[in-house]
Amino acid sequence: MVAIQTENLTKDYRAGFWRRRVRVLHDLNLEVQAGEVFGFLGPNGAGKTTTLKLLTGLIHPTTGSATVLGEPAGSVRVKARIGFLPENPSFYDYLTGAEYLDYCGALVGLPRVLRRERVRALLEQVGLSGRGALQLRKYSKGMLQRIGLAQALLNEPAIIFLDEPMSGLDPIGRKEVRDLILRLREQGRTVFFSTHIIPDVEVVCDRVGIILGGRLAAVGRVEELLASPLEQIEVTASGLSPEAAEALAARSVVPPVRGGYRILVAVKGEEGLGEILRAVLHAGGRVHSVIPHRRTLEEVFLDRIREEKR
Amino acid sequence: MKSLTIALNTFREAIRDRILYSLLVFALAMIGGSVILSKISVGGEAKIIKDLGLAAIGLVGMLIAVFIGVGLVHKEIERRTLYTIITKPIRRADFVLGKFLGLALTLAVNVAVMGAALLLLASAMEARLTWELLLPVTLIFIKLMVVTAIAVLFSTFSTPTLSAIFTLALVVVGSLAEDLKLFAATFGGPVLQTVVVALYLVLPNLASLDVGSAVVHGRPVPAAAAGLAAGYGFAYVAAILAGAVWIFQYRDFQ
Repeated sequence: MVAIQTENLTKDYRAGFWRRRVRVLHDLNLEVQAGEVFGFLGPNGAGKTTTLKLLTGLIHPTTGSATVLGEPAGSVRVKARIGFLPENPSFYDYLTGAEYLDYCGALVGLPRVLRRERVRALLEQVGLSGRGALQLRKYSKGMLQRIGLAQALLNEPAIIFLDEPMSGLDPIGRKEVRDLILRLREQGRTVFFSTHIIPDVEVVCDRVGIILGGRLAAVGRVEELLASPLEQIEVTASGLSPEAAEALAARSVVPPVRGGYRILVAVKGEEGLGEILRAVLHAGGRVHSVIPHRRTLEEVFLDRIREEKR
Repeated sequence: MKSLTIALNTFREAIRDRILYSLLVFALAMIGGSVILSKISVGGEAKIIKDLGLAAIGLVGMLIAVFIGVGLVHKEIERRTLYTIITKPIRRADFVLGKFLGLALTLAVNVAVMGAALLLLASAMEARLTWELLLPVTLIFIKLMVVTAIAVLFSTFSTPTLSAIFTLALVVVGSLAEDLKLFAATFGGPVLQTVVVALYLVLPNLASLDVGSAVVHGRPVPAAAAGLAAGYGFAYVAAILAGAVWIFQYRDFQ
């Protein structure tokens, strides 16, 4: 089942004194399946937040359309089944954490009798037990992020939109958010989140979309985007006769590196690796290390940026 | 229903704001201070208290309506507190109406407190229940609703400073609406008259809701006139709010 679908979704903003049109999102075509964790990756200003605002109905598309759970994005029926955490969220600082969640609970239509228990459980889930009675103006940035997550989960949403959920969090907080996303996936929920932090995407996402300059540059499974013809495996060996070392060097796809008794060669793919290992053992040598050199998402990402600039 | 939830939260915000209390204390001090003024004037002590008291309620109510009203929607957009609220299963209209109702409730409580203080004081001075003050106080409240609606309308698309200027300008011109019509009828040609009549119909005719001096000076206020003025006020509020909702509906929250 398709959870999120956009068709030629385009957004122009008016900017400057003359209200000139600036296109911030170009013909976005995207499909996210129900139950997927989808990472929306891109540098600042690429159009991530614009896309999220279009999907949650905070802004209206210039042209094109966005459908969430089969209905127009931003409709009340859709909003009843989604949760949203904006980037650097800001809340009513005159309310306490618990009051704020109670208010949000009323807005999502939770009856009063259920709200108290739900608020307590959510505060615990996001690690804010015992802080519910504190005014939000006294919350730290990390605590606000947690309250933001809690309010997004109040209605047990089918889809959760998170805009830069890890920003402003310390390493422990980031791990907790990652764990939360994985837990949400286990519960069968769809998670759509934006980030510019690549390792976060690699760990939790089923699929990734890369957006650059308002255009979708790539979309695919994390493994697909990671796999590339450049993939190499480096092998370090020693104890080889000069002839055997020479033969080994001839198989390397990069200039071999020699240091003392050791030689470092690189091969492509697992078949090449087998041959190399057999050759080393056959010649009476020793294998010291086998390091698969994978192309990280970061490199894919940076490549796309470089291509974009050209 | 959802707009009621939003209204109650808006009310909660207002009553946790110190400015509201300063204004309320100011109004009560003004009503109390009128006793001193009445002592040094010759005759008509109660009239001075009633006059000044009604003026204080109108002024302080106006300050609350304008200065909280102009930030009501704009502040939520500016501070981005609206992002997590408007993405809840509510209509945008619920939000605007809720904000308006919240401030209306705040004003109702404030006007009630100030009105009660005035009623007590005036009744004590005259040694009878000055129940006739209820009508001007009620109409002041309706007038404040009109001002609040205008402030909310501007708040949906403009900054608080500009909204305050626009709202106050409309209040001033609205208070002079009758004079404007009279002026055109006396001096103007047909073109000017048409323009002025059009303006007269569009501008909030706030003067019709001012019955304070008539009541204080014992002139009769026909029930039909008061009812008409109240009905006009409510209709005006409804029209302005419809405009505010319409603008808010199409807004982008960038």
